[in-house]
Amino acid sequence: MSEDAKDPKPEAPKPVPETTTAAAAPAAAAKPAAPAKPAPKPLPTPVYNEADGRLLKERRLWPTDMWRDPWSQPRYRMAWVKLIVLVAVALGAALLLGEVGRFAVPVTSFLLEKGAAYGLPAWAPGLVWALVKIVLVLHVPLLSALVFVWWERKISAHMQSRLGPMYVGGFHGWLQTVADGIKLLLKENITPTAADTWVHRLAPAVVVAPALLAFAPVSFGKDLSAADLDVGLVYVFAMAGVSVVGIMMAGWGSGNKYSLLGGLRSAAQLVSYELPRMFAVIPVIMFAESLNLADIGAAQGGYWFGVLPRWFIFYPVVGQLSFLIFLIASVAETNRIPFDLPEAESELVAGFHTEYSGMKFSLFFLAEYAYMTLACCLAAAFFLGGGTAPLSFLDGFLPSWAWFLGKVLALVFCFLWFRWTFPRFRVDRLMDFNWKFLLPWSFANIALAGLYVMVLS
Amino acid sequence: MSSTQPLPHGLKSDQLFVNLGPQHPSTHGVLRVGLTIEGEIVVKAVPDVGYLHRGTEKLAELRGYPQCVVISDRWDYLSAMNNNLMFCLAAEKLLKVEVPERAQHLRVVMCELNRIASHLLFFGTYGIDLGAFTAFLHAFREREMVLDLFEMSCGARLTYNYIRLGGVMKDVDAAWLAKCREFIEFFKPRLKEYDDLLSFNPIFLDRTKGVGRISAKQAVAWALSGPNLRGSGVSYDARKFEPYCGYEKYDFEVPVGKDGDCWDRYYCRVLEMHQSVRIIEAALGMMAEGPVMGKGVAKVPKPPPGEAYAHVEGARGDLGCHLVADGNASPYRMHIRAPSFINLAILQEMLVGERMSDVIAILGSIDIVLGEVDR
Repeated sequence: MSEDAKDPKPEAPKPVPETTTAAAAPAAAAKPAAPAKPAPKPLPTPVYNEADGRLLKERRLWPTDMWRDPWSQPRYRMAWVKLIVLVAVALGAALLLGEVGRFAVPVTSFLLEKGAAYGLPAWAPGLVWALVKIVLVLHVPLLSALVFVWWERKISAHMQSRLGPMYVGGFHGWLQTVADGIKLLLKENITPTAADTWVHRLAPAVVVAPALLAFAPVSFGKDLSAADLDVGLVYVFAMAGVSVVGIMMAGWGSGNKYSLLGGLRSAAQLVSYELPRMFAVIPVIMFAESLNLADIGAAQGGYWFGVLPRWFIFYPVVGQLSFLIFLIASVAETNRIPFDLPEAESELVAGFHTEYSGMKFSLFFLAEYAYMTLACCLAAAFFLGGGTAPLSFLDGFLPSWAWFLGKVLALVFCFLWFRWTFPRFRVDRLMDFNWKFLLPWSFANIALAGLYVMVLS
Repeated sequence: MSSTQPLPHGLKSDQLFVNLGPQHPSTHGVLRVGLTIEGEIVVKAVPDVGYLHRGTEKLAELRGYPQCVVISDRWDYLSAMNNNLMFCLAAEKLLKVEVPERAQHLRVVMCELNRIASHLLFFGTYGIDLGAFTAFLHAFREREMVLDLFEMSCGARLTYNYIRLGGVMKDVDAAWLAKCREFIEFFKPRLKEYDDLLSFNPIFLDRTKGVGRISAKQAVAWALSGPNLRGSGVSYDARKFEPYCGYEKYDFEVPVGKDGDCWDRYYCRVLEMHQSVRIIEAALGMMAEGPVMGKGVAKVPKPPPGEAYAHVEGARGDLGCHLVADGNASPYRMHIRAPSFINLAILQEMLVGERMSDVIAILGSIDIVLGEVDR
């Protein structure tokens, strides 16, 4: 080995001059003979931008350029055109489709007829119809999460003078969430060594399942609900309460101190804020005299003085107070800023879902958005009249589900708006706010509502 | 507090040791704070530094004076102009170089722009620490404009190496001056926007008012400087009390806090941005044509043996540079008084007894740059 290694050393200097001269000569001779090699593409000549004093091809846009006269920017003008077209298309589609609930009776009777013709037992078509409804309602939280994640990105971007996703899917990055979903599906599923494996694995399912189940009694419009439950309101709150267990499991099972802190915080927060949230709805139950979500929506039909809709939010003092308490408590229940203490990124490094990756993480994400959608659906049904029109002359212009959707979207926008405007509460202040402010006021509100009911009856 | 408190039903409670950092979204770099907590209350806090140590003070002993300016960019990379200035002032004392008038004004303009950029970054990240994300990107929009200005003047956006021994690297043209005025005009109304968005937000006030108090006595005892000291009510600013670079020519105030809590420290920085705008406007108005580089600075300067100390009011506090020359082309010894490092020391006393979420608020309000802490 050592001899072999030594040998090439004295030889090495020799061939170097030989090869260089020998190789250079034939290369020089061969060059004119080989015309196949194309000439290298000339580099683009840089343009010196006088106005900016920089070697840039285009003048960099300063905020001052955009804000001095936004209408001079073609992109700004086109955005308005696109927005108007989009709203027009959506309105046209709603008018064309009409009340979706009217298809329910023909479809069920059709199924029953066909079932009877093929000699199936009477429960089979019912089962099929139930499955169809389940699949349809399951798509509400799933699709709304997709849309709202994208919407949140766009809204936050525009509040922060950015553009947000712009590429995936062509039109303003509308496929960005789908692309992210695929990415999350393909990611590695990591379980930390210190984790309590089964608790860690089960937690996302325990969080997501009740979030999806809670949508069952929600009435999305006239005759549009998966389950017409007489105790719908109690059922929704009962389901929403189960998720706390999942979050605590995630906090405990991750084997991470920050996650544990986040899980403990969330247990305290979610359990406390459930109280004012439910007490805020009691006046609504007293006015509507029903626990059925469809009935509560229907009880708000009609107009005062022919103009003002009889929505519960317009009941003086009581309505506004319950709506505000319900909205604030809902924001807290969905773990969003300013109440996102359990997953405070800058304090607890994302809290209970620090150790989750891939699809397990996105299940938490999905649950958060599902709860946000649910909270907005409930607020729209309880206080904003469900599927009724806001003005008397608009009554019957759009189908009820379109009005409902519009109200939900407006409320979701409020949620996003809060998130991108407010800082985060501190743990002890959060509890003070709940127990010393929201809860007493919700009690006072119930008393006031009782007075109203007494006077009205 | 005792480590284990007896609880009913035979349950036992214990303290929890949490590593805040070195990788944590709110430590603004690779700082580690070993926190011992009981529930949410901190019992003991031990800041651990040194993860970013690069030995720049030793590096300076092996390089010529102009090369040391390059090193100085890397300490406090968020206000590198002030670092450049600090080193150049010390070296110029040794070399006995006169800096021309226009270069003085340019230095002031650049340093104040850099102070604005640095405080904007503080404003934004402090918002993030407390959960308000939007403030960050609003601040970055304006910071981007300042960095564009720096790019136009010297080609760099972070490590400028613009202020050189005897003057500045390159004169600015009329287009730059126009752009700078445009920025100032754009920036003034934004300062009010910041107040509306964050400074007087009730939740923000709730998080920062009365949290992390430092008394004036304590601040002086721990040798704090910059907005951390002024937030506690001690009016000390090197620009005012030991003017350099012609700061005595400009009319500006030193904003001072009252209670020494997180909000006062925060708001001192916001008010300093107002004052920086005033200084820049005045400097742009006073600027006359002329050379920007002093005469008699050699390519390889060899100052006579001696010592020099210069300090400037950096964005984070009193930046000082002690140079010892032995007649060679490189300094015999360079020592930096790094305000971030000294400000950081008070954490171990302040954090005890605070809540976990206040730890972040306090850490953010001290505004450290780990590049300077560890050097």
